[in-house]
Amino acid sequence: MGVPDMPQFHLSEDDLLDYAAGRFAQPFAVLIASHLTLCPACRRSVARFEALGGLAVEAAPPAELDPGSFEAVVARLDEPEPAQTLPPATGELSRLPAPLRALVGAAPAWKKIMRGLDEAEIGDGRAGVRARLMRIAPGCAMPRHTHGGREMLIVLDGGYSDEIGTYDIGDVAVAGADVVHRPVADAREGCLCFAVSDARLKLTGPIGRVLNLFIRY
Amino acid sequence: MDTASSPATTEARQLALWLGRVAELRDRAAFAQLFGHFAPRLKGYLIRLGCEPGVAEELVQDVMLTVWRRADSFDAAQAGAATWIYTIARNRRIDRLRSERYPTIDPTDPLLVPDEAENADQGIETAEREHSLRSAIKRLPKEQAELLHMAFFEDRPHGAIAAATKLPLGTVKSRIRLALARLRKELGPDGSA
Repeated sequence: MGVPDMPQFHLSEDDLLDYAAGRFAQPFAVLIASHLTLCPACRRSVARFEALGGLAVEAAPPAELDPGSFEAVVARLDEPEPAQTLPPATGELSRLPAPLRALVGAAPAWKKIMRGLDEAEIGDGRAGVRARLMRIAPGCAMPRHTHGGREMLIVLDGGYSDEIGTYDIGDVAVAGADVVHRPVADAREGCLCFAVSDARLKLTGPIGRVLNLFIRY
Repeated sequence: MDTASSPATTEARQLALWLGRVAELRDRAAFAQLFGHFAPRLKGYLIRLGCEPGVAEELVQDVMLTVWRRADSFDAAQAGAATWIYTIARNRRIDRLRSERYPTIDPTDPLLVPDEAENADQGIETAEREHSLRSAIKRLPKEQAELLHMAFFEDRPHGAIAAATKLPLGTVKSRIRLALARLRKELGPDGSA
């Protein structure tokens, strides 16, 4: 694998600001934190925005604390800390940055969706946000599709190409209803990625339109 | 005239030192100083973001306990004490509001791609960088500073800002973008604030 390359496809400054301000639903935030793990440039942007947050705390008008507030905290300083254990990273899970590994857990439930595509639903899909790991076989082409709402995707291993470019490890693709594409997984390594969307995908090809009826894609 | 040794910078340096003492020596006196400085501000900040005072109080206690427990993950070369504590408060508030966990980047993650530019930046102290950020904000045009303030300091989404200021959404977004671009320009290309 060697020295990791810097990602070529990043998140917008707007998205990084919203991440720093805590405005993303968890699966989107986890995807962004995964990109940040792999992208020092975006990490620096977020650090700058978080420094704005630091200033906001410093500039806030101090509010009176409850009586005994400090004592209540001091009384808890010796409490044992709740353990925060990450599942051991083996196999393809070792390709998941820590924030994503924490979300995915030890055993994602892989399902075969179609020839060359396995998916594992992640989380409970609350607030209409759907997150999934996707494993695409080497050289396999996905049906042409567009996105009903907003979709973010990060490549975790291997890569894929579409009409826009070639996406490698750490690259993020953000797509809305204006993007119609037909991704093809890397011919040698295939593609492992994590996708989050706030609406269902729509397949657009003639076969895709029929598949729409059968696949909860 | 602002200089790098302004009272705010001296204070930022002192706060980072206390945090270091909590991490290394489990120094309760230093923790008391941090509590005295941050707890009332955090509570004020959380109330301004719309928390009920009772919830804000609970969150403050929770954040300060986390400061004690996680002090060893504070890296004074990366962020100032206020910034680090802001990220804890942000995450705790979200965890509480939405009962889900906002992610944190793990600095020990084997997949973490290290920042080569960081070394080049090492000569500049975090307290100084945050000081330059503070003065850069002061130099922003008033209308940009106001929008940035609403977007960040009051946690209002762009749509709510547009409604409050009666500006079109596109104008709000482009002014915030201008403000951010200007901050970035003033702080150097590596964004080292």
